[in-house]
This record gives sequence, structure tokens and C-alpha cells, in this order.
Amino acid sequence: MDNAVVINIQQIKKMYDMGGAEEVHALRGVNVEIRKNEYVAIMGPSGSGKSTLMNIIGCLDTPTSGLYEFNGVNVSEMNDNQLAKIRNKEIGFVFQTFNLLARSDSLHNVELPLIYGGIPAAERKRLATEALEQVGLGERIHHKPNELSGGQRQRVAIARALVNKPSILLADEPTGNLDSKTGDEIMNLFAELHNKGNTVILVTHEEYIAEHAHRIIRVRDGLVASDEVVARVKIPAVAAAV
Amino acid sequence: MYFLTELKEGLIIAFRAIRGNKMRSVLTTLGIIIGIFAVTGMATAIDGLNAAFDRSAKAFGTDVMYVQKFPWVSNDDWDLIRNRPDMKLEYAPVLERKASLLTAVAPVVVRRAKVSTSKHSLEDAFVTGTTDQYNNASGNKDIDGRFFSAEESNGGRPVCVIGATIAETIFPNADPIGQELKVGGFPYTVLGVYEKQGGMFGQFTTDSRVFVPIHSFQSHFGNHAFVTINVRVAEIPKMEDAKVEIEGIMRSLRRLTPGKVNNFSINSQEILTETFGQFTFVVGAIGLFITGLSLFVGGIGIMNIMFVSVTERTKEIGIRKAIGARRRTILMQFLIEAAVICLIGGLIGLLLAFIIVQLMNSAFDLGATMPLSIVFIAIMVSLIVGLTSGFMPAYRAAKMDPVEALRYE
Repeated sequence: MDNAVVINIQQIKKMYDMGGAEEVHALRGVNVEIRKNEYVAIMGPSGSGKSTLMNIIGCLDTPTSGLYEFNGVNVSEMNDNQLAKIRNKEIGFVFQTFNLLARSDSLHNVELPLIYGGIPAAERKRLATEALEQVGLGERIHHKPNELSGGQRQRVAIARALVNKPSILLADEPTGNLDSKTGDEIMNLFAELHNKGNTVILVTHEEYIAEHAHRIIRVRDGLVASDEVVARVKIPAVAAAV
Repeated sequence: MYFLTELKEGLIIAFRAIRGNKMRSVLTTLGIIIGIFAVTGMATAIDGLNAAFDRSAKAFGTDVMYVQKFPWVSNDDWDLIRNRPDMKLEYAPVLERKASLLTAVAPVVVRRAKVSTSKHSLEDAFVTGTTDQYNNASGNKDIDGRFFSAEESNGGRPVCVIGATIAETIFPNADPIGQELKVGGFPYTVLGVYEKQGGMFGQFTTDSRVFVPIHSFQSHFGNHAFVTINVRVAEIPKMEDAKVEIEGIMRSLRRLTPGKVNNFSINSQEILTETFGQFTFVVGAIGLFITGLSLFVGGIGIMNIMFVSVTERTKEIGIRKAIGARRRTILMQFLIEAAVICLIGGLIGLLLAFIIVQLMNSAFDLGATMPLSIVFIAIMVSLIVGLTSGFMPAYRAAKMDPVEALRYE
């Protein structure tokens, strides 16, 4: 069971209607399978379709055609509210620009997914404090984002992503707005979280960031160009379609 | 539970947003403040006017009717009623004898004359000739001293009862009772003073009147064409029956055959209150419509600002959606924000209106009060304005695409 499939993407296509006869094919038939406790990097230059793939994996967007099963449940045809529930319970987002609510303190930012999940106040506070302690910010739960450094802000964002104990952590260029030293600290945190059993998906165009992952999926022109396991760790090989 | 959590979160967000944009919030709220202020102020003024009118009209007595030549309020053509025969003093004893539903009947004639003492005088006081029954045949009024008796009335004694305004003017610093004054040059002794009545119809109340026995009136001032017969009914519920009874007696006195219209009128204070009620209803409706427009403009202001707020917070909406906020949650968040702005505006407007009403009261002695119903309606109206004007912006926020919203800078 340790290796249960979390994400199963089969022949996913995404087209954007740009008005008139013009259509942009962002994804042209992508197959990806990600198992529990994998540490995957999705790489690709801008315009490769990597962001579109990330949005679909993150249930922010739905594919034009193809199958997407999340924990064995077909999510490719879910409506807005059902997707919101999946995003809330199963996916922890970490963004390049942190995307914290400026007017709220760390605690409230981390509590937000729990509020949308309908968790009672006392329980919420306990879980959010725990998550902040887990990322080393137990002392700063009442600081607002503008009172925190970039690295600390990203830690708050990671605590927010973790607080609902999601099936995957989905990080989009998490070190893009950080200096290299702070970036390394954040990457160490991801490694630690992965070691604790979390499934981590990293979207980046930086080679040295992707190297932290144990498997690298390269996207080009709306297709998976390569899907390779990085040698260090033993992970069951996954069939990669090109 | 889930709904309450969302509501609480929505309120927190709303207050943060309002605090975060103080200047904008104040300006937006101003529209609602002015709107609610205008509407409640208007409603309170109308209400106060009605109350003041009712109080004043009570001076006519709720159980008193006035049998007269002309109606107080009429839509009939003046030509149809101008040739009616005069009322006669002799009708009074007939009414008193024949009517079973009345407790008192008093004929009343009025003319204007100078009232004076050696030191003070008042031109154009309303000199009223009547019988000892007058005080029973009008709204119960308190007298300091007493009204003249049947003997004094029948004997045409030179005695009088004066109104409060007369007493204040003619006897500024003295007790008028037992004093002598001159009415149209003839000496009269004051037996009593009516308590002050005030109100809108000052000249129709006892305040500026001098009551003398009708026989004294006739010998000093001659017969008078315009006679009113005051009647007081025994029981207010039988007011209509009494009116029918009086009508029958009057018709036989006037020898009107069936089919002929009445050539007299039976007036009562409710005619006034009804007429005035219709008048204030129209004024109120027009006033509320105009002031309602200002509230409407305020609502448009809210809608405008909410659209700005939604656009400005597109990114925030994206973040919230990414971490699991549903459409309903976002919709509610912005609806609550609009409702809170409007409620705050409404409460401030209400407070302002309340203060102004109090100031007006102390300045002009209006006795206007803000009815609880208006307070309640104002709060509901501001809530409704908030929800309606907030709906379109909130709906736009709710249906935003999370990917697009997150990309927004």
C-alpha cells in the first residue's frame, strides 16, 4: 500500500480557445503516474505546458479531454465545488510569491484551509500552531507577512499547505523569490517533509532545484519529453510514455 | 456549524477590509449614511406631524360632534351648499329633548371683540356665547375656578370664563378669578380660567376665547348668523348611531322630505384627522420616494466600490480558491462586506437622524419621536441595500477562474 498511485493522468489534453479559429494546444496527450511518497520535479521552459499541467494536477483547472484520477477518483469531470473540496483536503499549494494574505497573521493564514474545511475553532488553532512549529515558526504565529523575511513567509506558506495533511504538496518555483541560501533551507525543509512520508511535486525550471527530487519529468511542447528516476534512491520504476 | 464558521470568517475579513481602506470606506459609507439619514428623518418628521395633528385634533373632543351650516372638509361644489339656511339657536333645546344618545347639547355663537382691563387689552379675541352645557358638550377640559351655572346662563349674567392665552395677556401677574374685564366695552366678571391647550389649532381651542352666557352675548352683540350646536355622545362606539339620530331630528326640523339632501353638516374631529392623514400620506409617499432616491444612489456607490474591491483583491480570491474556498464562500465573503458597510452606514445615519430629531424637539417643542418601527425598517433597508448592491460584485468574485485569479498582479 506504501506505493499506492496518488495521481494517474492518462492522455490529458488541454486546448485554449483564443477567439476565432485560433486554438492553443497547451497539453497534447500527457501521461503521468505519481505514487505515494514520491519526490517529483516537473521541469520545462516557459510555454512548454508545465504550468498548465501543474494547474490540472492541482485541480485548479480541468482538462479538455483525457482522464485524471486522484486517489482513484475521477476528478477530470468534477464541478467547481467538488474541485474546491479536493484542493482543500488533498492538495497543499506552495507558490513562488508565497501568496499569503497580507492583512492576516501567520496563524490565521495557516488556519484558512481549516476554516474552509469546517474545522471547529479550538481544533483549528491547535492544528495550525502544530504546522507552524513543524516548519520552525512556532515563535512567530502572530506576525503578519510583512513582519517576516522571505524564507519565513515561505515557511508559513508551507505550514498552510501541510495543515490539512494533504495527499500531495504541490510547489511552484518555491525558491524563485528567495536568495540561494534561504532557497537551500527551503529545499532542505521539503526533503525533510518528504522523509516524513509526504508526496512532493516540485514545478521548476531550475536544474539545481530539480536535482533535489528523486524523479524528474521534463515537459516540452505539451508532451512529456522524458521521465527519469534520479539514481540515488530506489523508487519503483514508472513507465514513461513519450 | 460550517455556516457559522464561514459567517464569522466573512465578518473578520469584512472588518479587516474596511479598516484597511479607511478613506474609501468612509466615503462609501457616506452615501448610505445620507440615504438612511434622509429616509428616517423624513419618516420621523411625517410621524411627528401626524402625532402633533392627532393631539391637536383631540382638542375638538373625540366624542363631540358639531352641527353646523357647512362641512369642515368638502369636495362638493360651493354653489351647492352656499345657499343653505342658517342654523338656529332654537335647534339646541329640540335636539336636547329628542335625542337619546347624547349627554349634552350646547349652542355656540362666536364673534371677535376687544377684551381689556384698564392696563391690558387684546384685540380680536374670540367671544363665544353659549350655555352652561358648553363644558359638557366639548372635549373635557379642566377649569381653574368654574363655568357659569344654568341660572347665570339663563339670566344673562355678566360673567365669563376665559382661555389661558387671554388670562396670560390680560392678567399677566395676577389671579384672574373674581376680577373684572371688559368684553367689547361691557364689564364681565371672570369665573374661571381654562387650562392651556396649545396645539396647531390655537384659535379653535379655548386658549384665546372668552365664554359668556348666550343671552348676555345676544344683548351685547346682537343675534349672530353663524350658530354651531355642540353635541356630546354618551358612548363613543355609538357615535355613528348618534349621528343618524341627529340627522333625523335635523331633517324634521328643516322639513326635508325623503330624497332631499341634507342642508346642514355634522362635523367631528375624525373628519380632520382623516383628511390630514390623506394629506400626510401623499406628502410622505413623495418624500420617501425622493429620499429613497438618495439611498438608491448610496447603494450604487456601494456596488461601485465593491466592484473595485473585487478587482483589487483578485489575487486574494485566487489564493482563497486555491486553498479550498468554494464559490458560495467567496460570494458570502463579499456579500457580508457590502452588508457590513451598509449596516454601519445605516446605524450612523440613524444616529444622526435621532440627534437631529432631538435637537429639533428641544428647539421647536415638536414632540416628534423616532418610532421603533422606523429604526427596525432602517436597519433592514440598509441590510437589503447592502445585499442587493453587493450581489453583482460578489457574484463576479465567486465565479472567477482560480488560475486566472492567481495570475493577476
